[in-house]
Amino acid sequence: MSSPGPEININPKEQDFTNAKSYLLTTSLETGINLYDHLSKVLTKILDERPNNVVDVFEDISKDTKRSKFTSQVDTVQDKIDQSTEVALAQIQKKLFSKGEGEEAEPEQDEDVETPLPNLMELCFFFEQAGIGLNREEIIRVWLALKNLVDTHPLQHVRFWGKIFGTDQNYYIAEVEYRDNEEEEAEEDEEPEEHQEEETEKEADEGEEEEQEEDDTPKPDFKPPPTIPKEGPKQGANKKTYFVCNDPGKPWVKLPTVTPSQIQLARQFKKFLTGRLDAPVVSYPPFPGNEANYLRAQIARISAGTHISPLGFYQFDEEEEEEEDAEARDNFVENLDFEGIPIRDLVEPSLANWVHHVQHILPQGRCVWWNPVQKNEDDYEDEDEEEEREEPDEPEPEQGPPLLTPLSEDAEIGNIAPWTPKLSSSLVPQYAIALMHSNLWPGAHAFASGKKFENVYIGYGHKYNQENYSPPAVPAVQEEFPSGPEITEAEDPTPEEEAALRAAKQEAAEAQEEVEEAEEDEDEDD
Amino acid sequence: MESESLHLNIDYVGSSGIILSPEQKAALQTSLVILQSENKFSKVYFWGKILGIKDDYFIAQGVGKDELEGRKTFYSKDCIHWGLLPPATRQMRDTSKLAKGRFTGDPSFEFEHSETKKVGEGEEAAEEEETINIKEEDRLASVIADIDEDVRIVPRAAFIKTPSAHVIQNRSFEGLTVSESAKLCNYMHFRHPKLLLEKSLLQRANLDKAIDFLDSLEEDIPKGSWSLQFERGSGLLTLRSLLWQGYVFYHIPGTRKFGSVYVGTGEKNLDLPFML
Repeated sequence: MSSPGPEININPKEQDFTNAKSYLLTTSLETGINLYDHLSKVLTKILDERPNNVVDVFEDISKDTKRSKFTSQVDTVQDKIDQSTEVALAQIQKKLFSKGEGEEAEPEQDEDVETPLPNLMELCFFFEQAGIGLNREEIIRVWLALKNLVDTHPLQHVRFWGKIFGTDQNYYIAEVEYRDNEEEEAEEDEEPEEHQEEETEKEADEGEEEEQEEDDTPKPDFKPPPTIPKEGPKQGANKKTYFVCNDPGKPWVKLPTVTPSQIQLARQFKKFLTGRLDAPVVSYPPFPGNEANYLRAQIARISAGTHISPLGFYQFDEEEEEEEDAEARDNFVENLDFEGIPIRDLVEPSLANWVHHVQHILPQGRCVWWNPVQKNEDDYEDEDEEEEREEPDEPEPEQGPPLLTPLSEDAEIGNIAPWTPKLSSSLVPQYAIALMHSNLWPGAHAFASGKKFENVYIGYGHKYNQENYSPPAVPAVQEEFPSGPEITEAEDPTPEEEAALRAAKQEAAEAQEEVEEAEEDEDEDD
Repeated sequence: MESESLHLNIDYVGSSGIILSPEQKAALQTSLVILQSENKFSKVYFWGKILGIKDDYFIAQGVGKDELEGRKTFYSKDCIHWGLLPPATRQMRDTSKLAKGRFTGDPSFEFEHSETKKVGEGEEAAEEEETINIKEEDRLASVIADIDEDVRIVPRAAFIKTPSAHVIQNRSFEGLTVSESAKLCNYMHFRHPKLLLEKSLLQRANLDKAIDFLDSLEEDIPKGSWSLQFERGSGLLTLRSLLWQGYVFYHIPGTRKFGSVYVGTGEKNLDLPFML
């Protein structure tokens, strides 16, 4: 016990002061500093620096002081090289800007052959007049990436198709056409995979059969409708090949060809793309394939709906025209005599001066109709069951508008016009360009000026619908057995009927007994 | 997006397909300055564009001293002449939800919505058709108010609430770091808080009253209604709303630069739950 000593005679005022000071000196349990030291530091700082209107920024100064206490003067982390994603991407994109070795000698050769690379900056300029498109820097990067694509693949025609946003990453899409006969090599690489798939399916079937011998599970007699064959390269929906990449500078990935069933199913649901090509598409009805296939199907649908050109820019090849039917024409050539359509006519609300130059995709999912019945005819003879079945009616051939149909034929969306024509400038109309905005596929645009025109798509890749989406209903439950008399449950007999039956049985039994007895008697007699 | 640096900042949302033509940029630069001085705003924001069938609406908003209260909304079709939109009342917003389809581009256009209602009870019930007319100007004001309420966002701590309940820009905001900016909890809905008041006292205990006076994005329903992406590696963050497709927010980590703009059809994406 220490005695209070001389402090006992301090006056209460001083006592209060010491109490307050000791309270201020209490160290915080979390940060380890106390208010007394902190205040004195802050006040020193303020008196040293003497900022204007100090009362307004007092909180900030206090915060700064607290913060400066914690930052160590020597930071070992700071000396490390920053390997943020920003630097990593810059390293990738740096390659775009560097000229390849030995390339300097090449340009002379290139002058002979027409380069397939489009003048993207010029197109970007036109789109910018319209307030459509991407940043100029971004376009330059895409352009250089396209150049890379041209250098590494034998391409005849390249075009920047557009950009589709995903939830995690975005897709830049290039539309290309291979030089004649060059694509076949690329196609051959793909086919073996399909064979492999078939083989594995066969193996799987065999495996199942072995199991079935033991269990004898009933087999469904459901036969899937014949799969509609996909259109070959350079035909219909697979006329062009598409490459995608997530960032210009990253490798281009070739998208697989599209099958009719993929197009059919892609019409029935609406999903956001994620930005990863191998991501599964979880949807109802189930989609055959992953996101790469879904992306390809959407690209085919958008191209068919929104790729337009001024009337007369393309024309049918006159030589081919005589040979083929009018419906089957799927080739056209550039009209060299095309003079350009005056801008005023292009923005007319009738839209008769614009035509689709990509084939319409039929409900079947193909551009050229394929008859699902005719192929089955050989099978009929083999199987008796099928002959008994009703012969399916010859389906009506599906027909779409032929190639190079004017936009005036396009169907309206509810009561909304499918296209909005516009002039790029109302102030200087004599130098304006004509623009078309698609209302069916928001994000699809086209411009035309003189002999130049271009289409681009920048959006989420979904079709516009006035009504909200509702998923298709689940199909009705399949019948287990065909209903017939042998499996229909009979009504229970009433007690009267039972009594009558019992009486009848008894009578019959008695009669039987009598007969038997008589027989026995006869036997005994013998 | 603040109007004084519009021509620079609009480039940050260019990768989302939002660009202005040079003519529009020039016109906006001129007219927004006049708008600001005529209405004595302390700041004018370029809000975005609503695409119509025939014409588009350019939208600008002006604020006084308080950033959250008393915003005034203007629209223009040529970027030069601005018209004041009526403030969206609750009733206006409810009726304009009945209007379907795209904007036409004519502010005096009237959408018609007819409903069959049953009048009376039992056998006396008779069907009566009721037609509601919705003026496009009112619908425009309501949609803008809806978008502001649903998706207008700011980084955390970019705005503070003063003791006098004014919301002002935080002078000591230094931007989010790269790792902070990748988290949705560091973005706030710039509206009067709705969810914050429902939180328990325990949850609210650790909040900084000056900064955390808004709802955070983390609790948005459905999850995944925001698409968060880094452009240029981690040099630029873009947040796109999937609920209101066309709303884009950008922020450059480590700087005070942030902003948002809406360019779209003015239709809410009600299909969102099916699309994720």
